Amino acid sequence: MKLNLKVWRQQGPQEKGRMVDYQIDGISEHMSFLEMMDVLNQKLIGSGEEPIAFDHDCREGICGSCSMFINGEAHGPVKGTTTCQLHMRSFKDGDTIYIEPFRANAFPVIKDLVIDRSAFDRIQHSGGYISVNTSGNTQDANATPIAKEHADLAMDAATCIGCGACVATCKNSSAMLFVGAKISQYALLPQGQVEAKDRAQNMVAQMDAEGFGNCTNTGACEVECPKGISLTNIARMNREFLGGSLTK
Amino acid sequence: MSTQKQSLSSIGRKVLMALTGFFLMVFLLQHMSINMLSVINADVFNEVSHFMGTNALVQFVLQPVLIFSVFFHFVWGMVLEYQNNQARSIKYAKYSGHANATWMSRNMIISGLAVLAFLVVHFYDFWIPEINTKYIEGDMTGLHPGSNEFRYHEELVDKFANQPIRVILYVIAFFMLSLHLMHGFQSAFQSVGFNHSKYTPIIKKMGNIFAIAVPLGFVFVALYHFIYHPH
Ligand code: SF4
Ligand code: FES
Repeated sequence: MKLNLKVWRQQGPQEKGRMVDYQIDGISEHMSFLEMMDVLNQKLIGSGEEPIAFDHDCREGICGSCSMFINGEAHGPVKGTTTCQLHMRSFKDGDTIYIEPFRANAFPVIKDLVIDRSAFDRIQHSGGYISVNTSGNTQDANATPIAKEHADLAMDAATCIGCGACVATCKNSSAMLFVGAKISQYALLPQGQVEAKDRAQNMVAQMDAEGFGNCTNTGACEVECPKGISLTNIARMNREFLGGSLTK
Repeated sequence: MSTQKQSLSSIGRKVLMALTGFFLMVFLLQHMSINMLSVINADVFNEVSHFMGTNALVQFVLQPVLIFSVFFHFVWGMVLEYQNNQARSIKYAKYSGHANATWMSRNMIISGLAVLAFLVVHFYDFWIPEINTKYIEGDMTGLHPGSNEFRYHEELVDKFANQPIRVILYVIAFFMLSLHLMHGFQSAFQSVGFNHSKYTPIIKKMGNIFAIAVPLGFVFVALYHFIYHPH
């Protein structure tokens, strides 16, 4: 296939970026989107230009590193998919494809398509943990019965890979789906109850401090999330937050 | 955490948007129901209007809550829109918002501002003359000057009779309100933390019915008086 690419190039965090056009030929429909980017980078290196910087690691949809806003959608046009799992068969010969970094002021661009998502780490540090005595006297896991329904919902919430697609796609750059998932994962389990009162308060405070926007329930995050994290997690976060503040 | 701090957090803000939204929806429903009476029976409409206009609970408790809700909902709506806009200072070259969210949910500011523009006219038309008559001129009788007939029904009919431009603007405003409610109704439930696999789909359906039926009720009353009027 032959493609016209419009790619965001930005030298560094302080530099001004711009969209640059590239033509590329000989792309197989079986390639993943990142393999297509590899081919383009080889070509750029061959002609003495600087390759396009982009994030990736596992290339199997589980690490959350790959990002890219492709043709106006986080991780491209296929739902429930990360960019590394997106294949060129989702595009047609001759297509023009816009490739931009995930944009939000809380996710500053480091270079080209690489963004700094450490705001998510700081939110996690503020409450996305449980306190366990690891001195060797740990309790047998099966000694704490957990209802199947709760275990399933907690597992669903825990599948969030922290990719940031929810923020990138949200018209408000809100991080509530991510934070909702991280809070729910613990709120649903007995192990999470020790810090439950403060967790939502602290994580929401950190989320606000990072400069993410306010959620207006458009639901775009849920549609674009590669892991299908549901809006019910945001509602649960709202309840946890309100519950935490009323019982203080 | 103090209440002050809570109301400033992003969740506190969305909960307050939802609560004022709930109040405004209840208000819309009662307002539409009373307007509907004007089509059914002029005397009953006059009685109810007079009650609403002079009852102390309505005037001095509910009316201030209403004014606060309207004010808060509009001001915060605009502040939130501004902040959300600021959260992404470099915009996407290509953004397919329609691929994952409804037009209504993405453009609450547009439908909201249209409703606000309407409210300005509405205040000018009804509310300011009403407050003037009642609290400045001190006429609490609700009667036509020098008569023992109530004035409310005639005032309402006069606003629409032979007033095609006003009726058209009215219809446009309520269409925008309908779009606003289609997202707002269900969104308010989500904001206060209510999301349930069984009930949320029902809430969404109810929201759509509410968002169509209530504005349609207002429009019906306006068209009725535009078409059938005594003079
Ligand atoms: S909620 Fe979904 S879109 Fe957001 S960070 Fe987690 S996996 Fe990514
Ligand atoms: S590279 Fe790991 S999820 Fe895409």
